[in-house]
Amino acid sequence: MNSIEKSPIPATPPRVIVREAAAPRPRWQVWLIRPEVVTLLLLVIAAIVATRLSPFFADLGFILESSTYYIEFAIVALVLTIVIISGEIDLSPAAQMALSACLFGTAFKAGAPIPVAMGVSLLSGLVMGAFNGVLVTVLRLPSIIVTIGTLILYRGLAQVLAGDKSISGFPSWFVGIDYRMVGIVPVPVLIFIAASILLGLFLGITIYGRQIYQIGTSEIAAIHAGIRVRRIKMGLFIASGLVSSIAGLMVASRLGSVRYDLATGGELTMVLIVMLGGTYIFGGRGSILGTFLAAWLLVIIATGMTVANIAINAQLTVMGLLLIVSIIATNAIYARSQR
Amino acid sequence: MNQVSRLFRAREAGIFVMLVLFVAVVSLIQPRFFSTETLRIVLLAVPLILVAAMGQMMVLVARHVDLSIGSILGFSAIAAGMVFRDHPELPLFVGFAVGVLSGAALGFVNGLVVTVFKLPSIIVTLGTLSLYRGLLFILSGSKQIDPNDIPEPLIRMAQTSPIDIPWIVIIAFGVAFATWLFLTYSQIGRQIYAIGSNPVAAPLRGIRVMPVTILVFTLSGALAGLAGLIYAARFGYVNPGITGVGFEFTVIAAVVIGGVSINGGVGSVAGTVLGVLLLGSVQVALPILGVSGFWQNAIYGGIILIALVIDRTVRQGGLRGLLARGGA
Repeated sequence: MNSIEKSPIPATPPRVIVREAAAPRPRWQVWLIRPEVVTLLLLVIAAIVATRLSPFFADLGFILESSTYYIEFAIVALVLTIVIISGEIDLSPAAQMALSACLFGTAFKAGAPIPVAMGVSLLSGLVMGAFNGVLVTVLRLPSIIVTIGTLILYRGLAQVLAGDKSISGFPSWFVGIDYRMVGIVPVPVLIFIAASILLGLFLGITIYGRQIYQIGTSEIAAIHAGIRVRRIKMGLFIASGLVSSIAGLMVASRLGSVRYDLATGGELTMVLIVMLGGTYIFGGRGSILGTFLAAWLLVIIATGMTVANIAINAQLTVMGLLLIVSIIATNAIYARSQR
Repeated sequence: MNQVSRLFRAREAGIFVMLVLFVAVVSLIQPRFFSTETLRIVLLAVPLILVAAMGQMMVLVARHVDLSIGSILGFSAIAAGMVFRDHPELPLFVGFAVGVLSGAALGFVNGLVVTVFKLPSIIVTLGTLSLYRGLLFILSGSKQIDPNDIPEPLIRMAQTSPIDIPWIVIIAFGVAFATWLFLTYSQIGRQIYAIGSNPVAAPLRGIRVMPVTILVFTLSGALAGLAGLIYAARFGYVNPGITGVGFEFTVIAAVVIGGVSINGGVGSVAGTVLGVLLLGSVQVALPILGVSGFWQNAIYGGIILIALVIDRTVRQGGLRGLLARGGA
């Protein structure tokens, strides 16, 4: 704006009108208005505050051990990030976790060996994801309401399968994935880190990744640019189903039993992680790095509250507030950077 | 002729046919379903859903969604129950006022956040779903309101009235009638439809979108609060960890079945009442048919999806979802 005002208006118009570009933003501003940076700052602040409050937090091993509950949701949140960037949403992963885990338990009870039962569970994840995908891409129903419908359906089917009893009795090699360590890092955390790197690379450097951003920014433009929008969205929903069933198996292993109400309310945690990570709810912006950082932020906040003896029910208040505050903040940041 | 064909093309006709078919089929399989006793049970089962569904319907018509009503119901029921427990000397209507007003306040917060920050209501109310549930645990100290703390007159409202139809049924259908009057004959009621039909055009026509939207969320919260009192009357206890959990999905199922479009601008009180009755009949029919109660949620989920597909085929238009244009 300034540069335009400064340039004197010539008496005779020049033959070629050169419009001066707006002065580039300072580099530090470009970095600061990235929501991931805000997440990182919050993470650092949370870590410092937590270590001041309780000496437990200085111990990395303690944090890693107490993270396994949230890491399962965080793994699904990675895929959910990509789904939201593409302009859709999936609220059913928690119910998919429950149904696939209950299918695993039922298959195991029916006498199937564990690897077969795991296969059944993973396959069910693919099917559930594909069902969501068909409803959204073929029937062109809005994903937001479709996945509320399938959320109820999948959890209802889990209830039909398992009743109100829990299924347990899995062999000892299957149980306790959160106690298996590589060094001081529990296996679920390793899976999360590996998935973050893989999906981060997928979104960042592959053509598909770039196309997903374009779909989220403007779906119509993406269609005109020849991007196979429907196929990509279908793939994303299937991926969401698959990763949900993996997370469901991890819960089954951690608890040593499955119930239909496994991961109840997990959709809130997943959406919270994605929003804390600065992904734009209307699509087109966001990153895996943000979600990765946000998962740790949530782990520290949740563990901090538990260490501070705040009842798990009262923690719901904080989680709800965090979700609203983070989405307001992210929206404000993007509104600023858009100008 | 024209009149008749219009009647058959109406959305409500489809739901009505579904309801009649359902009752007919169930009655054929199990004749004792077709009785006044069943009607009584269904009518007792629906007030809770019906009252909240009226609020949710208005929210959906305005092209929003309110996921927090289950938590609001729980919060209001606890708040009113605590008044009943700690101040038994106060008249009944004080408890009612506390319940409805606390619900309205929570709904107002929803509306405020959604409109001021222009955020998609689904995410905001997913957040307040958790927030309000946490608040109600804090408020109640995680303690249940026991049956002997619920005043006798309130319990009796779920059983009888001077005209032999339980008060809660009268209240529920009264609320539905009032909603119909409001949506059909008041200026604001028509404006809700206008906002939902075309959020871009509505302000150009001089509709003040923000206050109307906030009002819609406030009404939804107040009605969820009233539903909380109906819950206390009917079940005779309020438990912070149970009351209203998952209730939002039942209500959304009823409203969507009732032909209210999730794309906004479309929906009627008559359709919603029929949707609620259909859901109530399913709920009552399952045990009579010998189907395990575990099937209930799966069936609700299936019905929502079927209703969505029907809605899609009816419209054929290329409207995109709530999210894509949310916050408007």
